[in-house]
Amino acid sequence: MPVEVRLPTVLRQHAAGQSSVKANGSTIGEVFEDLVRQFPLLANQVITEDGALHKFVNVYRNDDDVRFLDKLATPVADDDVITILPAVAGG
Amino acid sequence: MLRISRADWQSIIDHSLVEAEKPAEACGLLAGELGDMDVRAVYPCANTAPPERQDMIYELDSLDYLKADRDARQKGWEIIGVYHSHTHTQAYPSPTDVAQAPDPSWHYIVASVQHPAPVVRSFTIVDGEVAEEPLVLERPATQ
Repeated sequence: MPVEVRLPTVLRQHAAGQSSVKANGSTIGEVFEDLVRQFPLLANQVITEDGALHKFVNVYRNDDDVRFLDKLATPVADDDVITILPAVAGG
Repeated sequence: MLRISRADWQSIIDHSLVEAEKPAEACGLLAGELGDMDVRAVYPCANTAPPERQDMIYELDSLDYLKADRDARQKGWEIIGVYHSHTHTQAYPSPTDVAQAPDPSWHYIVASVQHPAPVVRSFTIVDGEVAEEPLVLERPATQ
């Protein structure tokens, strides 16, 4: 079963302008792999070339920041909503 | 141009003044319809920067962002920008604000509370270029 992945405005240009998309996977990492298969322009936008989460994005599985779970190995179940948010900071 | 209701404009100033007492920078998100010029909602968020540095920088709480994003989507809106305050400097994006601007489509409101009369201005930041946009106080016609 695919899960819903919600995209921030800054990433939508890489996903045909969609605000949320469906992707398959049993972990956050697998979901992102499927996302990049569907939308190759999203490559390197969320995951670094080293295979880690970019420090300037935050990823939530429902209400939980996956950095405090198992990061990309965090399991994903049906009906989960994955939300990608840019880190917002300044001085 | 960015239009904002007087109530939302005042809420940004009030949040900025409260945080300045700590002293800390206030921050929050702006919601509206994509491509529209109206701020439909303002979501105050927590500044999660280290407490000793909060008067100089802000790091917007990502869980607050998640809740704001969820609420905005339910209402048919999007997060279209961010506001934050400057406690000791003018209402203009700092080099840090420019370097860390997350989205070229966003509006960036900066509220300066360095003087007794707060100053609130709005900017766009595209490819490191700052451009001020008029911030117009009014209530959107649909409300």
